[in-house]
Amino acid sequence: MTSAVRMPAALGPVPEGFDRHAVEQFLYREARLADEGDYDAWEALWTDDALYWVPVSGEGGDPQGQMSVIYDNRARISTRLKQLRTGKRYAQAPPSNLRRLLSNIEYLGGRNNSEGSVDLEVGANFLAIESRSRGTHLWGGRTTYRLRRRGDDLILAYKKVVLVDNDQPLPTLGFLI
Amino acid sequence: MTAVIETPYDRLIQRDKVHGSLYTDPAIFAEELSKIWYRTWVFVGHESEVAQPGDYVRKRLGLQDVIMTRDRDGELHLLLNRCAHRGNQVCDDARGNASAFRCPYHGWTYRNNGELVGFPFFKGYGQRKLDVALGRVPRVDSYHGFVFGSFATEGQTLLEHLGAAAGEIDRLARLSPDGRVELTAGWLQHRTQANWKLLAENETDGYHPQFVHGSIFGVTGSTIGPLYSDSSTAVTRDLGNGHSENDLRPEFRKFAEPMRWFGTTESRVPDYVAAMRATHGRDAERILIEGGPHVMVFPNLFIAEIQVFNIQPVAVGECIQYSTAVQLVGAPELNRRMVSQCVGSVGPAGMLLADDTEMYERNYAGLASLTPEWVDVRRGLNRERVDENGFTIGGATDETGMRGFWRHYKSLMEAT
Repeated sequence: MTSAVRMPAALGPVPEGFDRHAVEQFLYREARLADEGDYDAWEALWTDDALYWVPVSGEGGDPQGQMSVIYDNRARISTRLKQLRTGKRYAQAPPSNLRRLLSNIEYLGGRNNSEGSVDLEVGANFLAIESRSRGTHLWGGRTTYRLRRRGDDLILAYKKVVLVDNDQPLPTLGFLI
Repeated sequence: MTAVIETPYDRLIQRDKVHGSLYTDPAIFAEELSKIWYRTWVFVGHESEVAQPGDYVRKRLGLQDVIMTRDRDGELHLLLNRCAHRGNQVCDDARGNASAFRCPYHGWTYRNNGELVGFPFFKGYGQRKLDVALGRVPRVDSYHGFVFGSFATEGQTLLEHLGAAAGEIDRLARLSPDGRVELTAGWLQHRTQANWKLLAENETDGYHPQFVHGSIFGVTGSTIGPLYSDSSTAVTRDLGNGHSENDLRPEFRKFAEPMRWFGTTESRVPDYVAAMRATHGRDAERILIEGGPHVMVFPNLFIAEIQVFNIQPVAVGECIQYSTAVQLVGAPELNRRMVSQCVGSVGPAGMLLADDTEMYERNYAGLASLTPEWVDVRRGLNRERVDENGFTIGGATDETGMRGFWRHYKSLMEAT
């Protein structure tokens, strides 16, 4: 494999031009689209260099050398969503009923991206309640997002979800966390 | 005339069907703990997880909380996480490096080989030494670094238990240019609300992939599906001692393309292919074409080409699947790809295993229904045959492996 290792730029100061209300609205929308299984609209939020990561054992190690629950680049996000859209991704067919809360939203800094601009890094806590026939499960953790400006809109370049119990056995995670 | 004494398991386990209560009865689960999990050889972990003296890692063996350690002389131990004083847990970290474990309750301290080295305020015992130690799994052995433990102080050796399955682990190791496998990519832990035997049976069930995994095969254009079709030339083999495999080599030989088994071509992994040719010479082509094993080692180790699973029971209706990527020493080019493919496939969000797990859980729920009482395992009985080495084989989609599982299970459960 060629040097697909993406060394993220160091965390710099919070970049200018990210309106707090717009950022929060974007995060709430991303959460709602995931809760409601609106796969097309959710997929449209992502950049081409997207990374969606759910590590184990706390913050996780080198994701290319260590196992993760999810480590999806843009192509694999697309595959995951295609599988969900078949309606025969049984881990999510029938789909879970979901609602999640976001809070403790903090601007963490900025990171230079491959397009020559600076992504805003945002942290937030979440609680997600999942109901399916297996039972009701409470998922909780801390998410780190990297948001990019695209004209007047925001798009999502990175989402890392650190579950509080990711050092323990987890039930099936069929939905978009 | 010989009197044939019928055991309860004669009725529950028949050639073509097994009784649903085997999966759901808590009394049978309790009997399995003593007759299978705490007696036969059970896969625990891999030596590469405790590579250095002092390394330790917490593991499960059945319901037991086990600390796998490597002492200063390099010897492996499977210690039970229970202080000899009052039974408190002496180790609370998942892994680490330590020469000793100190119980936090009253300070009793044990060497990493289980020996008690000290305890505070000895005058209360009238002596400085006590004749106790950490509990241990009495027999520990490994094969190509795969560590197994048996609570039986005597009985079959590990090699006797592995029998023909050892050759499948050899096949895995042969995929490394150095002949060595490691399991160093960390384990996913997947909590599963189903009886453990539903998983063990499914691992070499070639009937389900097209249905359970049709969604991912369809969107990725995977070549796996046809391996498990009615026209596949692959075979399901009963390896004896409850072990079984899906032998996919006949299909790969048909195409005769190196690395097809891995879903790639040799031009994508040139360094690996060159290293394999340097190591294996004339045999390299065959090894690169045939790929890795797909073998279920009774009762809980499943090697599926590039990934390894460890199944451990929690209760009659609950178990944990641990999964990780195979790492081949001397094959860095392949190892990252194996992690990537494995992360996509296995674990709680895996695009294959999350769907298998959904089936295990629905299957377990379905077994609560009172009738028709039986689970049908007759598929392929009409076309089973014996291969040139004396093993029973069936078609790619046949239940030959399950029948081998149940025959061995029955022999263990009937033992006194």
